[in-house]
Amino acid sequence: MNIDISTGKDRAAAPPVLRIAHLYKSFGAHHVLVDFNLELQKGESVVVLGRSGSGKSVLIKCIIGLLKPDQGTIMVLGVRVQDAKGESLDQLRAKVGFLFQSNALYDSMTVRENLEFPLRRHWMRLSREQVNERVLEALNDVGLAHTIEMMPEELSGGMRKRIALARTLILKPELILYDEPTTGLDPITGKEIIRLMTDMQQKYNTTSLIISHDMNCVKIAGKRIVILIDGKCYADGSYETFCRSSDARVKQFFE
Amino acid sequence: MQQETSIKLFLAEAGDLARFSARFFREAFRPPYEVAAFIRQCFVIGYRSLGLVSLTTFIMGLVLTMQLRPSMVAYGVASQIPAIVSIAVVREIGPVITALIFAGKIGSSIGAELGSMKVTEQIDAMEVSGTNPFRYLAVTRILAATLMLPVLVLLGDAIALYGAYLGVNIRGITSFNLFWSQVFDNLSFSDVLPAFIKSYFFGFAVGTVGCYKGYSSRKGTEGVGRSANSAVVVASVVIFIIDLLTVQIAEAIGIN
Repeated sequence: MNIDISTGKDRAAAPPVLRIAHLYKSFGAHHVLVDFNLELQKGESVVVLGRSGSGKSVLIKCIIGLLKPDQGTIMVLGVRVQDAKGESLDQLRAKVGFLFQSNALYDSMTVRENLEFPLRRHWMRLSREQVNERVLEALNDVGLAHTIEMMPEELSGGMRKRIALARTLILKPELILYDEPTTGLDPITGKEIIRLMTDMQQKYNTTSLIISHDMNCVKIAGKRIVILIDGKCYADGSYETFCRSSDARVKQFFE
Repeated sequence: MQQETSIKLFLAEAGDLARFSARFFREAFRPPYEVAAFIRQCFVIGYRSLGLVSLTTFIMGLVLTMQLRPSMVAYGVASQIPAIVSIAVVREIGPVITALIFAGKIGSSIGAELGSMKVTEQIDAMEVSGTNPFRYLAVTRILAATLMLPVLVLLGDAIALYGAYLGVNIRGITSFNLFWSQVFDNLSFSDVLPAFIKSYFFGFAVGTVGCYKGYSSRKGTEGVGRSANSAVVVASVVIFIIDLLTVQIAEAIGIN
């Protein structure tokens, strides 16, 4: 029986939210991902831990279809990402949230317009009132309803990250991909963002894949941790297990 | 060796730009159409350039007339100044100067804006949000630039001729009616049409080069600055090449 560390459920019982099998990705002669495998069940919160330049961001960009893998299969919510094009890819992306490392808030739009953008694109039939309601709900979730008419440039780094999280949550995605969510934030704000992420995961019962090298993030958000070394899934386990590990390559992260 | 590398780089860049233009034609005429974004871009690109174009073309018309005047007087054809200036402005100087001003203002701003969006992952965010960023950002800007520049050229030509009217009257006296009747008596359909048509190509070049440079921006903020700068330089060179080609083509088909 294949038991999930974070949920305690049998992994074989339900189809995985994300299944990556034998994934390869290279840029010229540089092999970034080499036979990478991973499965995420519903409700799991998994942190992919790796050094800078180890291919973590490439991995989640392949998952969302922003990069094409050279080989292998990525199944998200039962859909093979490489085969999804046009409308089917858009439908899949509506169910997958992506929090960018740089927040990627649209500079020329207000906070309201930033949040409305994915709503209007994916759910075109929503009325003005429904859109407004969803925007306010998402902003209330991150505690920034008062910033609704502000421009991104008027916000602090932590506030921008929260707004980016609100934009990610607004479509109520089933799977959320976080790319280095605490990069560029001070440790206190970083911890606040991680707690907000875990709260939102519980509130909306989503599955999370977090890419990080921040040990605070790993400790708080990672019920299950996957260590990415040499483009492969080098180790898969819990924080406590890795803290006790005698493997030198694992220890370098947890010492 | 270095020269060979430069030639290769130039050819690669030209090839990429041609592919980018081809993508525009593939994407522009397929639904869904980004109508709201296109109208907004027409306002940003067209209306907001009006002040600068008006000022520069007015000064250009005025200065051109004042510079021409001594020679025209020396040859005893001072009365032909409105005719000469209007032909020069409408056929060549108006479209080219307006297009160069447009490249400086709009080409650089498109290059910088899209470059900044590229390096801060906003273009990726747009794609993840179910939007085709090429259609939303590039197609709308290229179309708006293509359609707005001819309008600006027409307005710029008219304003330049008002500048010329002022220039004529600084040292002499020519009535408003006489000036304009001389202008229109000497302008023909073949003066206006090729100039008007080529300004569509100028607008397309400015929009395409600006978007291409922004889209291919790399290396953080330094790359954004470089994109904005090279968008202006490349668009300006392309404007002169198009100008040369359209004159030859108009000559060949007998409308010049």
